[in-house]
Amino acid sequence: MTADLFQGWGTQLFWGTMVTLQVAFLSLLAGLAIGLAVALAKLSSSRFLRAAGDFYTTCVRGTPELLIILLVYFGSTVALSAMLRWIAGPEVYVEIPAMAAGVFALSLVFGAYAAEIFRGAFLAIPPGQIEAAKAFGMSPLTLFVHIRMPLMWRYALPSLGNIWISLIKNTSLISVVGLEELMRVSYLATSVTRSPFHFYLLAAVIYLTLTIINSLIIEWLETRANRGVRRV
Amino acid sequence: MSRPEAKTVLTADVIHKSYGDFPVLKGVSLAARERDVICMIGASGSGKSTFLRCINLLETPESGTISFEGEEIKLQRSGDRPPVLNARQISRIRSRMGMVFQSFNLWSHLTVLENVTIAPIKVLGVAKAEAIERAEALLAKVGLFDKRYHYPAHISGGQQQRCAIARALAMEPKLLLFDEPTSALDPELVGEVLRVMRVLAEEGRTMIVVTHEMAFAREVSNEVLFLHEGKIEERNSPDQIFGNPTSERCRRFLQRVL
Repeated sequence: MTADLFQGWGTQLFWGTMVTLQVAFLSLLAGLAIGLAVALAKLSSSRFLRAAGDFYTTCVRGTPELLIILLVYFGSTVALSAMLRWIAGPEVYVEIPAMAAGVFALSLVFGAYAAEIFRGAFLAIPPGQIEAAKAFGMSPLTLFVHIRMPLMWRYALPSLGNIWISLIKNTSLISVVGLEELMRVSYLATSVTRSPFHFYLLAAVIYLTLTIINSLIIEWLETRANRGVRRV
Repeated sequence: MSRPEAKTVLTADVIHKSYGDFPVLKGVSLAARERDVICMIGASGSGKSTFLRCINLLETPESGTISFEGEEIKLQRSGDRPPVLNARQISRIRSRMGMVFQSFNLWSHLTVLENVTIAPIKVLGVAKAEAIERAEALLAKVGLFDKRYHYPAHISGGQQQRCAIARALAMEPKLLLFDEPTSALDPELVGEVLRVMRVLAEEGRTMIVVTHEMAFAREVSNEVLFLHEGKIEERNSPDQIFGNPTSERCRRFLQRVL
């Protein structure tokens, strides 16, 4: 029964799913860091930082994800090769690992959307609560860590949940640069077994399982973050 | 109630403040000695809240001097630009002044107990266990011990304001500032907050209170300031102000509100 279902591809599909999850989680962490930094840049008093932040989010959000992955993959290969050739001589050629390029590209995309979400969430904090923190002599760092961040978080979480689910699905785009994640493994399986519908459906079910589990986790996080919010 | 021997806690001298071209404060001065309860009354827009907020530098005055416990707050001026504050000094001074806001401004992600303990722990460096012990005693004092694990959104306005008072007391402040503490409350909840404030006054805490509660000002304070259009129009003992005000504007204001 199981043998029929996976037609000998069970192990590969399992590891493909693991790679998908790895890419997704690494991109999530890096993307959250980028998003927070860019949000703070956009909210800063420096005109240069605000302009740089706007430039980044405009460019990344206005370009297809697939194209960003290709640009990062080939662009970094070219750039790094050129750099090493300059240092080590003309025969050097490097290829960036697909995993690294993919994670970097997806982090850039996630970071751009997260930056907008964080920015809006910071602005949604009631100003009186910030003022109270100042009136109690809190330093900017204490205010940020203990007041701004936790208050911002509850406004940001629902939208972050949405882009996290998108991120899980966007990992499939990295298959174009040859990373053997779930999508790529399914494609390889279809070309060997000649049953495309079977394997694509299987992949869809696995993606759906991942996203449903993550939706439940987000729901739990939201309930936690919203303790102390009056529900009408 | 003249007590010349009492130590001066705060002096604010000739404070000026404008919003754009509109002058809100035109040279307001005040001196608070230990155990003073000073009430500021006046029509809305008279500048009394702005003046209170200048005292702990939530608003930056354009000119004037403020000294707190003998330490002058530095306003660094350069040319025509508004004065810059020394952040470290301001934090230190603010941590010794308690502030109670009109709209409570409790931190909504923290429980009642956490609202009272966070500033002592993070600003004053009090040990957590000690901060909790002190907070519980303060919450018992304002009648909120049973609600200590509730979040602010789940208690009434009067309870929130009493929590905000406990939060201010937890810093063991040398001066308490109240910015219209009962103005955002439903009428039936005003009494419970005023009762707590009355106890604080009886304990001899130094308080500056911006209020519309004339009965409170009359019974609890030892000095009342009447502000009109950014200036102190009359400064007197409560008996004098409410019994026989010298200023015609003050007399008319009191006729309207009493």
